[in-house]
Amino acid sequence: MADFKYELGADGVAVITWDVPEKSMNVMSLEGFALLDSFIDKALADDAVKGVVITSGKPDFAGGMDLNVIAEMRAGGAQAIFDGVMRMHTILRKIELAGMDPKTKKGGKPIATALPGTALGIGLELPLSTHRIFAADNPKAKIGLPEIMVGIFPGAGGTTRLVRKMGAMVAAPFLLEGKLSDPKKARAAGIIDEVAEDPLAAAKAWVLAATDADLVKPWDAKGYKMPGGAPYHPAGFMTFVGASAMVHGKTMGVYPAAKALLSAVYEGALVPFDQALKIEARWFTKVLMNPSATSMIRSLFINKGALEKGANRPEVADQRVKKVGVLGAGMMGAGIALVSALAGIQVVLIDAAQEAADRGKAYSEAYLDKGMARKKVTPEKKEAVLGLITATTDYAALDGCDLIVEAVFEDPAVKAEVTAKAEAVIPTDAIFATNTSTLPITSLAKASARPEQYIGIHFFSPVEKMLLVEIIKGRDTGPVAVAKALDYVRQIKKTPIVVNDERFFYANRCIIPYINEGIRMVAEGVNPTLIENAAKMVGMPLGPLQLVDETSIDLGVKIAKATKAAMGNAYPDEAVDEVVFWMADQGRLGRKTKSGFYDYDEAGKRQGISAVVADHYPQAADQPELTHVQHRLLMAQVLEAVRAFEAGVLEDIREGDVGAILGWGFAPWSGGPFAWLDIIGAARAVEICEALTAEYGARFETPALLRDLAATGETFYGRYGEGQAAKAA
Amino acid sequence: MTEAYIYDACRTPRGKGRPDGSLHEVTSVALSARLLNAVKERNGLEGHAVEDVIWGNVTQVMEQGGCLARSAVLLSDLDESIPGLSINRFCASGMEAVNLAANQVKGGAGQAYIAGGVEMMGRVAMGSDGAAIAVDPSLTFKTYFVPQGISADIIATEYGFTREQADALAVESQRRAAEAWAENRFAKSIVPVLDQNGLTILDRDEYMRPGTKVEDLAKLKASFKDMGEMMPGFDKVAMLKYPHLTSINHIHHAGNSSGIVDGAAAVLIGNKEFGEAHGLKPRARIRATAKIGTDPTIMLTGPVPVTEKILRDSGMSISDIDLFEVNEAFASVVLRFMQAFDVDASKVNVNGGAMAMGHPLGATGAIIIGTLLDELERRDLSTGLATLCIASGMGAATIIERV
Repeated sequence: MADFKYELGADGVAVITWDVPEKSMNVMSLEGFALLDSFIDKALADDAVKGVVITSGKPDFAGGMDLNVIAEMRAGGAQAIFDGVMRMHTILRKIELAGMDPKTKKGGKPIATALPGTALGIGLELPLSTHRIFAADNPKAKIGLPEIMVGIFPGAGGTTRLVRKMGAMVAAPFLLEGKLSDPKKARAAGIIDEVAEDPLAAAKAWVLAATDADLVKPWDAKGYKMPGGAPYHPAGFMTFVGASAMVHGKTMGVYPAAKALLSAVYEGALVPFDQALKIEARWFTKVLMNPSATSMIRSLFINKGALEKGANRPEVADQRVKKVGVLGAGMMGAGIALVSALAGIQVVLIDAAQEAADRGKAYSEAYLDKGMARKKVTPEKKEAVLGLITATTDYAALDGCDLIVEAVFEDPAVKAEVTAKAEAVIPTDAIFATNTSTLPITSLAKASARPEQYIGIHFFSPVEKMLLVEIIKGRDTGPVAVAKALDYVRQIKKTPIVVNDERFFYANRCIIPYINEGIRMVAEGVNPTLIENAAKMVGMPLGPLQLVDETSIDLGVKIAKATKAAMGNAYPDEAVDEVVFWMADQGRLGRKTKSGFYDYDEAGKRQGISAVVADHYPQAADQPELTHVQHRLLMAQVLEAVRAFEAGVLEDIREGDVGAILGWGFAPWSGGPFAWLDIIGAARAVEICEALTAEYGARFETPALLRDLAATGETFYGRYGEGQAAKAA
Repeated sequence: MTEAYIYDACRTPRGKGRPDGSLHEVTSVALSARLLNAVKERNGLEGHAVEDVIWGNVTQVMEQGGCLARSAVLLSDLDESIPGLSINRFCASGMEAVNLAANQVKGGAGQAYIAGGVEMMGRVAMGSDGAAIAVDPSLTFKTYFVPQGISADIIATEYGFTREQADALAVESQRRAAEAWAENRFAKSIVPVLDQNGLTILDRDEYMRPGTKVEDLAKLKASFKDMGEMMPGFDKVAMLKYPHLTSINHIHHAGNSSGIVDGAAAVLIGNKEFGEAHGLKPRARIRATAKIGTDPTIMLTGPVPVTEKILRDSGMSISDIDLFEVNEAFASVVLRFMQAFDVDASKVNVNGGAMAMGHPLGATGAIIIGTLLDELERRDLSTGLATLCIASGMGAATIIERV
């Protein structure tokens, strides 16, 4: 079975149909490319062929390049990548020139694409090389070049063709942000040419009617000028000056792909098309050789996908949720009800007062109304979603629920009470999940009559926006509960990680030391601006001080007090508390009081670091180096991740990396904490730890596992990349 | 070692670099040729009297392209055996021309040179020659490229200069320039621009705004705030380079930055024998020259390290210098120079500078050497230092000493 089929119709149109066997979505492989090449050769050589239409045998056109192919290409080194990419350019260029006479540009065979649905990455780069692109009027189809999202950029001519087609400025959001469009928007933007009811028929008709002139791309015609101006055209100059500054500022310089893309665009714009393709290939090679690209692809595409498909799901029967009971209609409960209903799950939303339950449901209504205002949601859809949610105070309504998600106040007594009330009503085989970010699951499970059916599901706030869900196994949690939670998370289209029950689970366990390290530095007299910028310049979405302002100082105080009570003399964070407690005493609780480490204006807009804080913690005369600050902020998180893995809280580094990026935005360019350690190497990591330990003490002590990897010269992914646990369960 | 002497220094008045500026009707090559003719006439230069004309010019495209120096020589009355070399070291091009010429003379490569430069900023727009450093991502990322105005604001932020200090300096520059013109202190140097019929086109600097008050300047909007904070957001790039800065203090505007003008300047440099052969008296010797590369992002701090270097190289100290010319590209550049060397404002730019009279990029370096020499003579002082900040992070300096 081959990836492409070739069929010559009686009308003289050869139809090349892309239909990769045993896959729901076409992806391009090297073999596929070679086959496509041979079919193009065949069509161009056959006098009976008047033209060609390339289409798909599936509902969608293609999802992109098989990213595993990229990993393989990388193994061959720079020359192999460059040669491989240039071979793709040769094939696509052959399609574009279609056998026409190089001087007169006449005699070529028209080649069109018919897209039934989604066309991403190479799935759009291939059509861009053809002479005309037709798409079905399928509003669910996504068309675009999302490569930048996984740390690479369109490297099969997509960059060069799109920029030459629409100009650098207009192409920027599609290339630099990976913006996707539905067919109509893609047509309006000029990415594709026509939206048709039957794109295949329309493409065939066009092919039969096309003239020589229709086949000549603007950049192959005499006198071509880049829309918006090339770099040294006055208007183009301003575009390129601005583009550099914007990309540099936005990426904080940590995303090599964005810079390489921009270089390919700039350098390519100064030379003829074929030279530009070569330039694009060189920069693409450079990006693929950068470990950041490999790590990002691995975490954000391959492993994220594997986790969503249940890489760590116990082998039990389908546990998809039909009816969920959500206990507590506060902010979390309301969000959980919303995402559940959006997934088509029947929801019973319970709170102590009807008014509170109604308010929780109203949250969904407001969300859907916003969607309607943006024309993303139809009135029918709104009605259907809201129809799934029953807001009530009556626990009897939970009858028939196969899953409960309890999201009441973070108080064990309150949780115990509602657990008992719910379990009295629900089927005996129902799974009970508690949404908590701090309370140990094993002790909460004591309130349950069926602890093996009791599990933790930690949602992040706001639920409808955050991509990660942390599933926590208590001591007695059984495999069915885990499968249930995973199937539920898959239904609501989020990414799960499964961890064991220890203080703060995984995400909070790592993020708290990050915040604390930032606060410690303030107390030491490090310039707060340097702390915040250092964090952002290493790829953290928020500096530690901004983050604590957002999550609120009093939450920090609460967690600190509880932790101290639990740990007693072993409690290591007195230096942090000194600052946090002082802030709380000042009433500076963060954004919610419009005063924290930062000042805020009346409207709540963040201003600079507060003078109150700056005066109380005067800056030291000697300020640390940027990289020193960055090492502290990164290692505070990363070492905690390693310790969680060592302790068996985390059973799979893939979950550790995916969870870190999706859960708290850990430096996505790195591919996650474990991937980052692999990039710098265990030996270097040990060196950094030792230096930090000498200066700051035990919290930076090198974990034994890291030391061992350094000694053997191994990497985390080398030893544990297939999901092996560090500690036997 | 052979000494290099300044025998003459002259300049055109500076015209507003705008379509309604007085020199806007004059071509770059014509303005250059007329100034070269003035040097020839004032000093009686017949035949192959000088080895070369080294001509500074920044925006070397269109009429300023194609080796303007050679075109200017050919249009002038100088002998065609004198070649012509166009050079570009951005704002210090005119100074670099003088320094190159002086060092050629010192090294024995010819007896004399005419060095100077021209910039018709109203006719050939600044930046119209392109610049990879502003648009080539390989370079913009490596150098954290920001436009000069942002760099000037970074200096103000980093070294703590306020808008008020900058405005006060600009007002003082206007006051000094007006006073200098009122007292005819530039008379020795100014060569009026005449047309082909001998009719006067411009005989004085027309960019000046005498009587400018601090209150007037306070009304002006900071020029680089929007491009820094909004689109495309250069401040963010700057803060990647200087992560300790919370924000950039945007203090510069048209009034406390150098003016965009048209103008040219020339200096005649030769050894002792040249002077004797032409019956010319040396006015000063070029005691030392220097250039240096600096941090390209803050870009305009060059005058400080280049001054340190020239003093070190020549075994001098800052107290040996009687008068300073520090090009007023932006107020913060001069404020930083005075701060770094603790030099009193009464010794710096005593007849005003580019904030008042304008900064014709390729010419200014030669202009300020001439202005410095005139003033040393007027005050009967000995030693002067001229220095300029330079785009892309460079600095240049010249020390002259009267003989």
